[in-house]
Amino acid sequence: MSSSVTSFTPVLASIVSLLAVLPIVLLGRSPNAREGATFVAAFIKFGLVVSMLPAILDGKTVEYTIWEIVPNLEIAFRVDSVGMLFGLVASFLWIITSLYSIGYMRGLKEHSQTRFFSFFAVSLSATIGVAFAANLFTLYLFYEMLSLATYPLVTHHQDKEARTGGRTYLTYLLTTSIGFVLPALIFVYIKTGSSMDFVSGGFLQGFVGPTETLILLLLFTFGFAKAGLMPFHSWLPGAMVAPTPVSALLHAVAVVKVGVFCIIRMFTGVFGIDFLKGLDLGEVITWIAAFTILASSLIALTQDNLKRRLAFSTVGQLSYIILGVALLTPQGVTGSMMHIGMHAFGKITLFFCAGAIFQATGKKYISEMVGIGKRMPITMIAFFIGSMSVIGLPFAGGFWSKFYLLWGTVSDGQHAMLVVLLISSFLNAAYFFPICFKAFFCSKEESLFEARTEEAHPCSVAALSVTAVLSVVLFVYPEPFFSLAEYATAYYMSL
Amino acid sequence: MIEQAPALILLFPFFASIIVALAGIRVPGVSFPLTVISMFASVLSSVAVLVRVMNDGVIRYKLGGWEPPMGIEFRIDALGALVATAVSAVGLLAAIYSKRQVPAETGDRVSQYYTLYLLLMTGLLGMVITGDAFNLFVLIEVSALTSYALIAMGPRRASLAAYKYVIMGTIGASFYLLGVGYLYIKTGSLNMVDIHEQLIARGIFDSTAILVAFILITVGVWIKMAFFPLHAWLPNSYAYAPTTSSAVLGPLVTKVMIYVMIRLTFTVFGADYTFGQLEWSEVVVWMSVAAILVGSISALAQTDLRKMLAYLIIAEVGYMVGGVWLADDIGLIGSIYHIIADAFMTLCVFLFAGIIFAKTGKRDLNALDGLFTKMPLTMVGFLVGAFSLIGIPPTAGFFSKWYLIQGGIASGNWEYVIALLVSSLINAVLFFRIIEIAYFGAKPAEGHGDHHHAESHDSKISEAPLSMLFPLLATAALLLAIGLYNKDIVAIIAEFVSLSNLGAILP
Repeated sequence: MSSSVTSFTPVLASIVSLLAVLPIVLLGRSPNAREGATFVAAFIKFGLVVSMLPAILDGKTVEYTIWEIVPNLEIAFRVDSVGMLFGLVASFLWIITSLYSIGYMRGLKEHSQTRFFSFFAVSLSATIGVAFAANLFTLYLFYEMLSLATYPLVTHHQDKEARTGGRTYLTYLLTTSIGFVLPALIFVYIKTGSSMDFVSGGFLQGFVGPTETLILLLLFTFGFAKAGLMPFHSWLPGAMVAPTPVSALLHAVAVVKVGVFCIIRMFTGVFGIDFLKGLDLGEVITWIAAFTILASSLIALTQDNLKRRLAFSTVGQLSYIILGVALLTPQGVTGSMMHIGMHAFGKITLFFCAGAIFQATGKKYISEMVGIGKRMPITMIAFFIGSMSVIGLPFAGGFWSKFYLLWGTVSDGQHAMLVVLLISSFLNAAYFFPICFKAFFCSKEESLFEARTEEAHPCSVAALSVTAVLSVVLFVYPEPFFSLAEYATAYYMSL
Repeated sequence: MIEQAPALILLFPFFASIIVALAGIRVPGVSFPLTVISMFASVLSSVAVLVRVMNDGVIRYKLGGWEPPMGIEFRIDALGALVATAVSAVGLLAAIYSKRQVPAETGDRVSQYYTLYLLLMTGLLGMVITGDAFNLFVLIEVSALTSYALIAMGPRRASLAAYKYVIMGTIGASFYLLGVGYLYIKTGSLNMVDIHEQLIARGIFDSTAILVAFILITVGVWIKMAFFPLHAWLPNSYAYAPTTSSAVLGPLVTKVMIYVMIRLTFTVFGADYTFGQLEWSEVVVWMSVAAILVGSISALAQTDLRKMLAYLIIAEVGYMVGGVWLADDIGLIGSIYHIIADAFMTLCVFLFAGIIFAKTGKRDLNALDGLFTKMPLTMVGFLVGAFSLIGIPPTAGFFSKWYLIQGGIASGNWEYVIALLVSSLINAVLFFRIIEIAYFGAKPAEGHGDHHHAESHDSKISEAPLSMLFPLLATAALLLAIGLYNKDIVAIIAEFVSLSNLGAILP
């Protein structure tokens, strides 16, 4: 794994969408050309990410150093297998989400669409920046950039509700990143004096005592609040005031996965799995994650607003990822990394469906969706597939990551966590299946919709069909996520 | 010419002020261009000096050829040259901004205004490069007297604020002068380096007179820099002065006084005495924690934009005093870096406040209603300044916090670290409150769908003119540059810090 390629590609992959802001703004007056610019940028971005895939699968890393900004500390990019996995997911889903956004934003005649597409592009730059960051400092830089770039998207409606949601959003994300991560980052920098590059086995061992390690671990795990670990999760349901494409890509994939991705980086590349195992610190985090998983699933059961239910479901699923890596077992880490990809496809499908329902019928509440399966059959079938993937049932990609997570608990005898995961899967089924069931199986009197079929904007339907089909494809053929996660586990756990 | 560059830094504004005073009465139109040209020349001289100091080391310039310690000496090291560059640059940018606002806000006393402005710059730049403790007093008074007048040119409440400032400022200056008197009696010298050498040669660091001199000088300088609890003069002075005055006073006066504190602490008394012999570091760091928290929390309570910014200055002064008294290399580097960074940050937000006042005629935060659509470029400039004050990378403010927090952790002053973080978060609240008003409007619409509320407001407000926009955006760009090139700036600062002996006295 030691060989590396120096290439400007990772930098380009990150900034291409930032550069796209210029044409998006300039073409603001003609929406078709503007969306064309978004698509071109999205395809180039995905192309650039994919172009690095062969090298990564070859066991190499792709690196580029921009410059040394603070003594000994560089802004640098380094693509490894876990970064590639996340980069692939985010850049691919941006293409699909752009398609969906066009349908959604035009279908609802939203205002300020140019601003919307511009900040969307900026957010994706920050996301890929996090995925390909070579060290803790670069990671933090892009993490903060993402918090700020998504604010105008969350508050897009510019009404009172959006203002409240936006306040919660920034309060949580900035308080934790400035209050927890920044001091931890500086402390690590002082203690190690190193460049803080993510390396196999971490770089903290030998520099900090056990108590300091515990404090740093908690500061980082809670500090990256985009991961939604309780009690720092409330921003996510709050962020649901955003237009649905934002909730779909950013608050089911990009932003929240950036949070868990950062935590995976901390465990694997900063602390080192073996170091944490030696100090027996994984357990602290698994219990916090387990609590989050169960609590959020129970809260999700009580939500009638569909997007809020999905948001709480996301909070729980993110903690699966945290729990997986905190198990400190190879299968757990693999499962955790795979879940970044698998959950992304399942959850984005569900959000696309929620948005499509709102577009076509104006309904936001689950209690108003009885019988909607007859009205929007494609959407609701996609919804069913997405649910299966998130629950972790066979014939959907989510099965594999759940399978590895369960294996991870058993392999090290952490049976309590096994029970937690099983209960949670049951709860997931309990909050998703009634929606699907009532959508299709209800008497004529119960149904709230007329029998005629009427789907949302074709762009939106196409998008949600693609992600639903891909969720199934990922069950049959879980590559390249599977290989990438395996590679990353092997590298970071020195197997 | 290049040999004379040290003197030219302040001679350009000084002679320009005389010309403006004489010619400006008849031809007021000449005042503005002359001010800008002389400030530009001053910036060039400062840069030339900075380059020379970096190549050849400390420059000692004997004014009129008189040998020190009898004659007055300009003594410019890396620190002085760097701060002089920043001060002259801020002076230039604020001068460009003032083009339209001076006639509008000072009732056509244009030539008088620019005469004072140039004298103020002469004083501030002189304070940075002088190597003579008494000469420093004279220059402190030059800049103080001109700032009283610059503030008093504002509307009625400004006169009262200026009066308060006169009283406080005079007490501060008297304290300083008295302290210098003690030093003169004990050492027989007024030259800073010479005083230090005499103190060592005569072995009188234990003398009570030196202790008294130290206390008098420190307290005097603290009053001048508005270090809590000696800050009462500042908020109203900067809030009610003409916007052109507060755009130059806000960034510079307090920062130059921090520089003076560092200069006196390290060059005259020496780090051994200040941090080794006197065990006050703990107390002063706690005082700076109080300054940071009181400044930030008071800022939260303000509805007047410039008053809010004025309280932030008080908090920032706490950052820098605390950073110096951490008695840690990196803390000192952070403080000095923050002098530069904060000068431009404060300039950025005060220019913004000035533009808002010029455009809307209102001082309170609600004046910002819906400005993102009406003045997008102004808001971009403001955002950079705000992010810098919050401490978001890669702006300059992030890196000053980066070094200051490092200093706090390395020296074990966790209370200072926490104060810095809390203040960052309060700044985030302060500035996002402004961003919210500008983005959502003062009264956002209920519910989804009504997106056209902005149209009901005064649609006459449009983007600021170039003479205001240029300095704002240039400052914003500089903030990013200072952040991205912080390593190079820190390398210059480290040149000074490595000579400060700080490492040697730490336990």
